[in-house]
Amino acid sequence: MSAGQGASPSLTPRLRWLSRLLDSDIAYSFWQSKLTVLAAVVALVIALGALLAPWIAPQNPFDLKTISLLNSHVPPAWQKGGDLQFLLGTDDQGRDVLSTILYGSRLSLAIGIMSVAFAAVLGIALGLIAGYVGGSVDALIMRAADVQLTFPAILIALLIDGTAHALFGQYRDESATIWVLVLSIGLSFWVQYARTVRGLTFVERNKDYVLAARLIGIRPGLILVRHILPNVIGPVLVIVTINLALAIILEATLSFLGVGLSPTQPSLGTMIRIGNNFLFAGEWWIAIFPGVTLAALALSVNLLGDWLRDALNPKLR
Amino acid sequence: MNLAPLVQVDSLGRVFDVSRPWLERVTQRLARQYLVAATDVTFSIARRETFALVGESGSGKSTIARMIVGLIPPSAGTVVIDGISMSDRAQSASRQVRKRIQMVFQDPYASLDPRWRAADIIAEPIREFDLTRSRAATNARVNELLSLVGLDPVDGVKYPHEFSGGQRQRIAIARALASEPEFIVCDEPTSALDVSVQAQVLNLMRDLQDRLGLTYLLISHNLAVVRHMASRVGVMYLGRVVEIAPAKELFRNPRHPYTRMLLDAVPHLDQAQERQGSVEGEIPNPLDPPKGCPFHPRCCHANARCRTEPPAMMAAGSASVSCHAVEEGRI
Amino acid sequence: MSAPVLSVRRLRVEFPRRHETLVAVNDISFDIARGEVLGVVGESGAGKSLTGNAVIGLLEPPGRIGGGEVLLTGERIDRLSPEAMRHIRGKRIGMVFQDPLTSLNPLYRIGRQLVETIEAHTEYKGAAARRRAIGLLAEVGLPAAEARIDNYPHQFSGGMRQRVVIALALAADPELVIADEPTTALDVSVQAQIIALLKRICRERGTAIMLITHDMGVIAEAADRVAVMYAGRIVEIGAVRDVIGRPLHPYSAGLMGSIPKLDSDLDRLVQISGSMPRLTSIPSGCAFHPRCPRIFEPCAKLRPDLAPSGQSHVACWLYNKVPTNAEAAP
Repeated sequence: MSAGQGASPSLTPRLRWLSRLLDSDIAYSFWQSKLTVLAAVVALVIALGALLAPWIAPQNPFDLKTISLLNSHVPPAWQKGGDLQFLLGTDDQGRDVLSTILYGSRLSLAIGIMSVAFAAVLGIALGLIAGYVGGSVDALIMRAADVQLTFPAILIALLIDGTAHALFGQYRDESATIWVLVLSIGLSFWVQYARTVRGLTFVERNKDYVLAARLIGIRPGLILVRHILPNVIGPVLVIVTINLALAIILEATLSFLGVGLSPTQPSLGTMIRIGNNFLFAGEWWIAIFPGVTLAALALSVNLLGDWLRDALNPKLR
Repeated sequence: MNLAPLVQVDSLGRVFDVSRPWLERVTQRLARQYLVAATDVTFSIARRETFALVGESGSGKSTIARMIVGLIPPSAGTVVIDGISMSDRAQSASRQVRKRIQMVFQDPYASLDPRWRAADIIAEPIREFDLTRSRAATNARVNELLSLVGLDPVDGVKYPHEFSGGQRQRIAIARALASEPEFIVCDEPTSALDVSVQAQVLNLMRDLQDRLGLTYLLISHNLAVVRHMASRVGVMYLGRVVEIAPAKELFRNPRHPYTRMLLDAVPHLDQAQERQGSVEGEIPNPLDPPKGCPFHPRCCHANARCRTEPPAMMAAGSASVSCHAVEEGRI
Repeated sequence: MSAPVLSVRRLRVEFPRRHETLVAVNDISFDIARGEVLGVVGESGAGKSLTGNAVIGLLEPPGRIGGGEVLLTGERIDRLSPEAMRHIRGKRIGMVFQDPLTSLNPLYRIGRQLVETIEAHTEYKGAAARRRAIGLLAEVGLPAAEARIDNYPHQFSGGMRQRVVIALALAADPELVIADEPTTALDVSVQAQIIALLKRICRERGTAIMLITHDMGVIAEAADRVAVMYAGRIVEIGAVRDVIGRPLHPYSAGLMGSIPKLDSDLDRLVQISGSMPRLTSIPSGCAFHPRCPRIFEPCAKLRPDLAPSGQSHVACWLYNKVPTNAEAAP
């Protein structure tokens, strides 16, 4: 065996990995379950719609110049009085409901993804440290987690949000709201990641490969990142997907309650709130369509998470 | 040629605090609990020698191994490797020292990071100790090591789960060799392997020792493996060393009653007759060890002194034994 | 010569998968007579545990019996319903598994588990059952049986727990006991005691024992006959003395040679190159041929069956008559 070749990473292992993935048992179980495929399609459609909103939306609901009060309260196109220009009708400001859904999903997804990312990074980091160091550090982090869990997520979000409003009220601009939302939603969710990762870290840290790395003299931080993290990340993926659905709903709830995004920057939740006022006046489309979208998005992400958990289970050994 | 021993272990001991958490202790009025994993262990290992520590579960041999390499700090006693005291953190934690000591673990399925490729696993010590100057040189060295342990260098891109148990243990050995060590501690290196695979790995270890001038500390519960590999053997029971002797001597003329019992208990392939001695009892609870000599509840030669006074190691021919009965000439 | 207690004929265990069906145990046959200990030895992946599981009907799906018969004192048991099999398992076949920690329910006292089994499968009830349980515990060498019968499993040491498991296996006075790696998790000194116990039971009660293990030393001490398995087939079966002392099949010979012995002083252990083939890539012809030092012409093409050679049976073309035309299965 020549000494020259062997360990150099090339394109072939990556392609090999991809073809193995597509042909693998995980992919197989995916195609087997019609429900999962449907969920994936729905989620993909909404995500694509959100992503491509600036190009495919008939109207930009944030551009005040294109909105005219004259167009308000127009019912969906297939109803009497409807207009093909506004496929799903308009709301009280004259914004096209379809466009608002597309742009609103953008916000919902963006906030959902960012807050989950924040929760995941925070939770994983704390979980790794708690699990590896143990002792009083572990106790401290876990007590903080326990305290966090005694508060319902909405309450935490309300508290942080309210505080931010009170503190920064007059200086706050639109984009700051998003960060406050991300922070509050993220802080409600980090505990689950921390606990899961901590438990797995306990198990991994006593394994011989970690001892081997310690023996070589690798610093604990590097051991955590290079060795332990890749091995505990599996179940975290499942939590991420399920959490994403929850985060989107939580954001919608906060916006609905009025402590989230403002009406000029509507997410799906805001739209439902606005539409709520008109529900009994007979203008159902303002609330129902965003509601259905929200439900479909949350449900499909949730179903994908379920499938992922089951599919990864036997494979994760 | 340096005749001083490479490894010198003196009165090494380790106590683990296994008390219940503070809150439980306070509310249930429990005392603190300590587990004495090892007490007063003394032995030395010469250069290029294979020294084996033998014992059953609870004997403390794995704890000793981990203290010697520095993974666990000792509660008592010292470990001196090539003149450098391992308790001196400044010295022992230095790269120079760490690279000379390596370890091979028991479980081939847990000793390799499942997410790393074999080549990267072997390259980790090379990179950490800056043993090569370029990535190409590292790759070349990794391939060299893979060939040295009998694996194909092209298999370096594979992940551990793509290898069999024996092959994984070879990878573990290659990783241990990567830092060019002098001293390798092998903790039950073949216990998890099939017999035919074990033969391959043991032969490999002996070949490597001859070629590279390695010194081994072999931890094992398998006396036949020890017989095949070791030049000197230390027998441990419940945290204490009960006998140290050259391998041939130990197996031909075991002195300590526990050694005799152990040898007797090993199933022999070519005998189907009933055993000579009777094998009595089981290893006592290490949390509550017997007073005096730890073996006395199972020993047919125990007298009053054995029940109260732990015996000290004393020379008996080319061996050292810690047994009152041997000292008093009763057996 | 009474009929054998257990008779396995051409047993086949397979695992249907997406693309193909993997055969883990391929066409094995053996008998165990009353009062005999048959050792089934092989390395990991040889299929010995699966054989034991198939006999007692505990194959985990998708594994299934794909062919052959299992007869317990002449009656077929491999096609029985799960309900009927459960009865047989408790009453007529006892089981001892490797890990005593998981064989006993940690939430129940051992007395309760014993009495439950006794009451379910024998006519003894109540106080009589309890007395019998104490008797069993004493028989397996548990000291102070009367006092310890009400202890929980975690209050016993490993060796003691395994004795309790053996008592549990014997509770209904079975005709056959299947022991799958009964001593592997135990210390050497305890292992010796358990082996002696199994042999004594066998002698005194006339129970047939199927002893599955990878440890040749245990076989040498405990078994009367031994079957060596490789890649799902039996390659050699015969009296322990013969197979260990004068192994015929090259794999058995290699296996014996690779075991380090206490009294010999070899420089190198005999090494069989390569490793046991995976289920997905079992070689054609004789499954051992890629690793065999004595391979010759028919080995890669024709699969040998067990045929008598001296006192044993061997599946190897070195000893069997090579058919002139291709009559043997590939």
